[in-house]
Amino acid sequence: MVDSTVVLWGQTLAYTFYCLAILALMGWFGYKITRRGRQGVIKNTLFYSFVTFLIVLGVSLHIITYNTIPWAPIDLNRSEIRADKVFDIVAEKHQFILPAEKLVIKCHEKALFKVTSNDLTYGFGLFRQDNSMVFQMQVVPGHMNDILWQFDKPGIYTIRSTEYSGPAGVNMLVKDAVIVTGEETSQNN
Amino acid sequence: MNFIQTFLHGEEGVFKPDSMTPMQKMTLRFVVVGLVYYAFAVIEGMIMRLYEVQPIPSIPSEQFFAIMTAHPLVGIFGSTYSIVFGAFLFLVPFLMKKPLWSITLGNWTLVLIGVGTFVFWFSGFITHYAPLYTLYWPLPADFTQFSVIGGTFFITGIALVMLGTIFFVINIYKTLTYTPDGWAQQPSKEILKSALGITAFSNLFRKKKTEQLVSLPVAAVAQGTVDVAFNAAIILFTGVLILVYMVAALLGFDLKSSAIDALLYKNWFWWGLDLVADGLVLIFVAGTWYLLATLITGKKLYMENVARIALLVELVVSWTVWSHHLLSDQAQPGILKVVSGEMVTAFELITQGLAFFITLYTLWSARPLKMTNPLKFLLGGLLGFALAVPAGIMQADIGLNRILHNTQWVIGPHVHVAILVGLTMTLYSAIYFLFPILTNGAKLYSQKLANFHFWAQLLGGVGMGAFMGMAGLHGMLRRSLYIHGEFNTYMVLAAISGSLLLLGFLAFFFNIVMSVGFNGVIGIFSPSKLKTKDLLP
Repeated sequence: MVDSTVVLWGQTLAYTFYCLAILALMGWFGYKITRRGRQGVIKNTLFYSFVTFLIVLGVSLHIITYNTIPWAPIDLNRSEIRADKVFDIVAEKHQFILPAEKLVIKCHEKALFKVTSNDLTYGFGLFRQDNSMVFQMQVVPGHMNDILWQFDKPGIYTIRSTEYSGPAGVNMLVKDAVIVTGEETSQNN
Repeated sequence: MNFIQTFLHGEEGVFKPDSMTPMQKMTLRFVVVGLVYYAFAVIEGMIMRLYEVQPIPSIPSEQFFAIMTAHPLVGIFGSTYSIVFGAFLFLVPFLMKKPLWSITLGNWTLVLIGVGTFVFWFSGFITHYAPLYTLYWPLPADFTQFSVIGGTFFITGIALVMLGTIFFVINIYKTLTYTPDGWAQQPSKEILKSALGITAFSNLFRKKKTEQLVSLPVAAVAQGTVDVAFNAAIILFTGVLILVYMVAALLGFDLKSSAIDALLYKNWFWWGLDLVADGLVLIFVAGTWYLLATLITGKKLYMENVARIALLVELVVSWTVWSHHLLSDQAQPGILKVVSGEMVTAFELITQGLAFFITLYTLWSARPLKMTNPLKFLLGGLLGFALAVPAGIMQADIGLNRILHNTQWVIGPHVHVAILVGLTMTLYSAIYFLFPILTNGAKLYSQKLANFHFWAQLLGGVGMGAFMGMAGLHGMLRRSLYIHGEFNTYMVLAAISGSLLLLGFLAFFFNIVMSVGFNGVIGIFSPSKLKTKDLLP
C-alpha cells in the first residue's frame, strides 16, 4: 500500500512545480505589462477554456486522489470493512489511556483505532521516529472517532494528540506506543 | 526641510489635517487604527516564530498560547476589519456619488472595533485566556485551565467588535438605498437587486439587459457585507453561549458542558467562520482587484457580467463550504465531507481563478502601464491568492487531509500566504492608491522605502509560508510546541522570513508617518473644521 511518505512526495513535487510556474508567470507579466505590445482583443474562447480547465482540475483532483490514495476509499467505507484488530482508546485529562502498554500489529493487518474523549476535543495521530505523520483524526467528545488503517511496513510509531486542547495538552503523546511487526512485501511497496 | 521638520510636519509640509473633510478623517482614523493593530499582529507573529525555534524562558507556554489565541483575532478584526471597513465606508459613497448615510455611526464602528480589540487582547495578555480562535467546545468553558474573569472580558471584547461590525453593515446598506435630502427618490429595490447580483444573474436569461444601478466594486462590497452580517450574528450567538457558562461559573454553578454537542457546535462554528475565510475575504478581495484594475487602467473591466455572477456564486459557496474543516472528524457524515468539503470547496478554485484572469486581462489590455506602487502591490496580491488557493484546495481532499490537517501546511502556504501576501498586499495597493486622495495630495516621503516594503512583504510572506509548509509536510503540527528542535531548520528560515515582514512593515509605517508628519497623524484624530458630508473638500 502506498504510504503517506509517497503521497507527500507527490504533493511536494506537484505544488513546487506549480509555484515555480506561477512565480515565473507573474514575473513575466510584471515585466511585459510595462512594455508596449499588441493590444489585440483576447478571444472569449480562451476565457471559457480557462474556466473549463479550472472545473476539470477541481473535480479531477478528488477523483485522482480517491483512486490513488489507498486510505481514502477505506476511510469512507470503513463501516463495511472487517478489521483484523480493534483498539479501544480513551482520551481524558490530557492523557491517552491505551488498552495495552504497546499496541502490536502485524504487517498487512487492518487495525481499527476507536478513540473516545471523556472531556475535551483532542486529536489522535500516529508519527514515525523522524516525526513525520502517518495519519491523524479528530477526537470529539460524545462521538465515536474511529480510523481503520492498514500497515504495510514494520515500524514503531508514537501517538500524539493533533488538536490543541489547552496548554496542558502540549505534551499529550505516548512514545513508541504502536509496533508493527513482520515483513514488508514488494508488491505492497 | 530637515529630518525633524519632516517628522513633525510631513514631506514638504504638504499634508494639512485642517483641510480634511469629516469623511476623510474618519477613513484615515480607520487606517491608522488598522495599521497599529497590524503592528500588534506582526510583533506577536514574530514572538511566536522565535518561540517555535526556541521557547523563550520569560514567556510561559500559557502566555504563548494566549498570544496564539489573540494573534489571528487582532489581525482579522483589529487590523483587517478596520482598514477594510474604513476603505469601504469611503468608497461606497464615493462610487455611488452620494454621502455616507451616517458619519457618526462610522466613527462608532471604529471606536467599538478599536476598544473591543484592545479589551480581548488585554484580557488574554493578563489572564492567559487561550482557547484559540477555534473555540472547540468545551475548551472555552474549561475553567480548570482558564480564568473565568479573563474569559468574560475576552468574550465581551469580541462582542464589542461584533457590535461595531453590525453598525458597519447598517451603514453600508443604508448608504446604498437611502435618498439624501433634496434628491429624487432612489429606486432602493432595484439598487439592492443590482448590488446583490440578482440583476446580473437575471440578465443571463434576458435579451434586453437591465442596466446595473451599482458598479461592480460596490456589488462586491454589498455581497461581502452579507457574509459580514451572518458572521457577526454567529459569533455573537456563540459568545453569548460561552458567556452563559462563564456567568454561571462566577455565580458558583457548574453547567454541564456535555449539554452541547461538540460536533454540532463545531459545524455551527465553522459555518460561521467560513463566511469570513471563504466568503467576505474572497469577495472583498475580488471586488478590490476589479476596482483597482479599472482605476489603474482607466478601462472597463473585462467580462464584467461574468465577474458579477462569480461574486454571487462565491457568496453561495461561502454558505455551503464549511465541511472542509471537518474532513478529519470521523463522525461527520461522509456525504457532507464529499459534497461540501470537497466539491463545493473546489468552486473556490473557479471563482478565484476567474477573478485572477479577469483582473490580469483588464491590466494587460491597457499596457504599457507604469509600475506604480498600487500596481506592484496589486500584482503581489494576485500572486498571493494564486499560491494560497490551490494549497487550500489540496488540503480540502479526504485523502490528503488525513496527513495535512492541523499541520503547518494549513497555516503556512494556505492561511499566511493568503493573508500576508494575497490579502495584505491587496490592501496595501488600495492604501497606496487612496493615500493622495484621502490626504489631499500629500507626498510620499520615500519611494525607496516603498520598494523595500514591497519586496520585504512579498519575499517574507512567500518565504515564511513556504518554510512552514515544508515543516508541515514533514509532520510538524500547528497549535503545538516542539521543544527539542525537531523542525529547527524550517523554523529558523521561517523566522528569518518573518523578520523581513516586520522590517517591511516598519519601513512602510515610517514612510507614512514621515509623509504626513507626526502632527498630521495627531491631526487626523481631531474633529474636522469642515462641516460637510461631502467626501472631498
